Amino acid sequence: MLEIKNLHASVVDIDDSEILRGIDLTVNKGEVHAIMGPNGSGKSTLVNVLMGRFDYEVTAGDILVNNESILALRPDQRAHLGMFLAFQYPAEIPGVRPWQFLKAALDSKAEANGEEKMSVRTFSKLFDEKVEAVGINPNLVKRSLNEGFSGGEKKRNEMLQLEVLKPTLAVLDETDSGLDVDALRIVAEGVNSMRSPERSFIVVTHYQRLLNYITPDVVHILVNGKIVKAGGAELALEVEKNGYKSYLAAAGANA
Amino acid sequence: MTNQNTISRESDLSGGEYKWGFVTDVETDLAPKGLSEDIVRLISAKKEEPGWLLEWRLRAYRHWVKLNESEGEPDWAMIDYPGIDYQDIYYYAAPKGTNEAPKSLDDVDPEMLATFEKLGIPLQERAALAGVAVDAVFDSVSVATTMEKQLGELGIIFCSFGNAVKNHPELVKKYLGSVVPYTDNFFATLNAAVFTDGSFVYIPPGVKCPIELMTYFRINTEGSGQFERTLIIADEGAYVSYLEGCTAPFRKTSQLHAATVELVALDNSEIKYSTIQNWFPGTPDGEGGVYNFVTKRGRADTDAKISWTQVETGSAITWKYPSVILKGDNSVGEFFSVALANNHQQADTGTKMIHIGKNTKSTIVSKGISAGKGNNTYRGQVQIMPGAENAVNHTQCDSLLVGDECGAHTVPYIEVRNPTARLEHEASTSKVSDDQLFYLMARGLSEEEAHHMIITGWSREVFKELPFEFALEAAQLLKVSLEGAVG
Repeated sequence: MLEIKNLHASVVDIDDSEILRGIDLTVNKGEVHAIMGPNGSGKSTLVNVLMGRFDYEVTAGDILVNNESILALRPDQRAHLGMFLAFQYPAEIPGVRPWQFLKAALDSKAEANGEEKMSVRTFSKLFDEKVEAVGINPNLVKRSLNEGFSGGEKKRNEMLQLEVLKPTLAVLDETDSGLDVDALRIVAEGVNSMRSPERSFIVVTHYQRLLNYITPDVVHILVNGKIVKAGGAELALEVEKNGYKSYLAAAGANA
Repeated sequence: MTNQNTISRESDLSGGEYKWGFVTDVETDLAPKGLSEDIVRLISAKKEEPGWLLEWRLRAYRHWVKLNESEGEPDWAMIDYPGIDYQDIYYYAAPKGTNEAPKSLDDVDPEMLATFEKLGIPLQERAALAGVAVDAVFDSVSVATTMEKQLGELGIIFCSFGNAVKNHPELVKKYLGSVVPYTDNFFATLNAAVFTDGSFVYIPPGVKCPIELMTYFRINTEGSGQFERTLIIADEGAYVSYLEGCTAPFRKTSQLHAATVELVALDNSEIKYSTIQNWFPGTPDGEGGVYNFVTKRGRADTDAKISWTQVETGSAITWKYPSVILKGDNSVGEFFSVALANNHQQADTGTKMIHIGKNTKSTIVSKGISAGKGNNTYRGQVQIMPGAENAVNHTQCDSLLVGDECGAHTVPYIEVRNPTARLEHEASTSKVSDDQLFYLMARGLSEEEAHHMIITGWSREVFKELPFEFALEAAQLLKVSLEGAVG
């Protein structure tokens, strides 16, 4: 599904700003991978580079999806391939209704893949169903996209999009340490209900807490732009107990 | 070493092409170029006008000559353009064969009907289906007014200005110049002297006009000016929603458009006036385009309401301040505007709300979008006169910048002469953020679609004031006007 090979990336137009320093990671179909790391380890950069954000530049290595390099693809083209990023802080778009936005997203994906667009009626039905399933206040989705949404409502809205767009590779950016229990549960429910042999997940998180709700197949520890250790779900518990200190020391970074 | 292909952050939205730039091959009846008392007399004669109207035109002309010799064009707006040579303009250009206004659509030149088809104007039967009555002004002559008969049964008059002068002279004489006198300003004075046609609407007391009335303006002849004059009167307790649309063909020389619109809302009536202005904006390099100098004003009597909604995407220069004189107690004035300045376009637009009556209320929502090298200025005046007890105004001015070479300016004037007034003013300037673009693109929208969605969303407060079909048209127009080599 996804192969990241010796990935190096820096911030565009800034010298000596390398953040990712050689990442290797393979995610097979149907697997859930967790990436954990301390602040400043490159977690956010990794998810943004995966989705093709323009502020970052890949200076070496490659990212393959279904054996093809996606480095030359724009974010929209990556989305059309089945990639999805659940944002930590989704942007607010005044005047754009979530319904309208999601229909446009679905249409552009269908168009790019030569599929028929979903009819308004079918979409409306699907939308209403999913709104109820993820527990968003139906009045909220009649307003502007993410504008005035609480943190939990934004998470629910991201999960709504995940469920409607049905990506094959979903990356969840939960790098923030400030997620409350409610938000954690929403994200976990979204992942667990969507887990399938055809769909892979990368869950990026600072704390182990989220992994109480989602059981990953593999846990990776990201420190100083490199994956320093990988293991099973028990690795997350070890980090919870001992922190990142020993990894930071080994990577030669400042704690 | 692999370089990640990054998205161009300087989104080039400037290459948008004007889609309405076709020229119709119709024989035109042209008066010689230039402005003189003779031309004014000729226009009046061509239109077989009564003596009082010719007199009015001549007074306006003489006043204009004085203005032109003394102060000239007003120069306070934030716009920059080469001087206009008023002797190098055709002041009368009528499609041949329309000296006699056509009696029915069958009498109209098929070429011209085809033009209106291209423009997507719901003429003919489509008008009835669409629930829209259309008056189309081609260069300066009103071509066809649909549904005149159906409206007539309700006592509604919707016809060309020329026909109104012939058939309803008492109404024209009573209200012409009553809101915008011929001495009002340089361009309104010019218009009063040389206006050739336009639309006329009268809604009788207590009648709610059941359909949208629409006028479509088009400048076709090269080097011609368009000076239409519109007069709308809502009698006591009446209601009307009126829409105007404008286009011009692609010309490398600039064209002058100096229109005047007067609205008279008598007691307890309501006039809703919507404009979609898409005059040719000039080439991306700033050649040609329409100079749009327009005077629009309404008078609201007791308990009356006037609402202006405009979507201004065209013209090289827009100089336009649809205003409301809140003369009667409890009268209401509204102004909702989206103005776009792309490439080398310059827009200086806004409104005036003049509160005279007690408990008068006005609302201003202005949205300016600047892209390319465009310059957008909001210029507004809120005036509370001494007798306007408990007047309320709310003003909101938002600017959106697309790119780094454009400009947005806000020039609000506020004059309060009654201490009971309550005024609020909010202003904001924002850019389409990288976070917003990335968010939408990560869901599969192209960069262009993402821009369009952000910009129309931002304009929604104004679009929702438009009749539904026109809101769609306006959104589409914004998209086309901002189209370019993005991505």
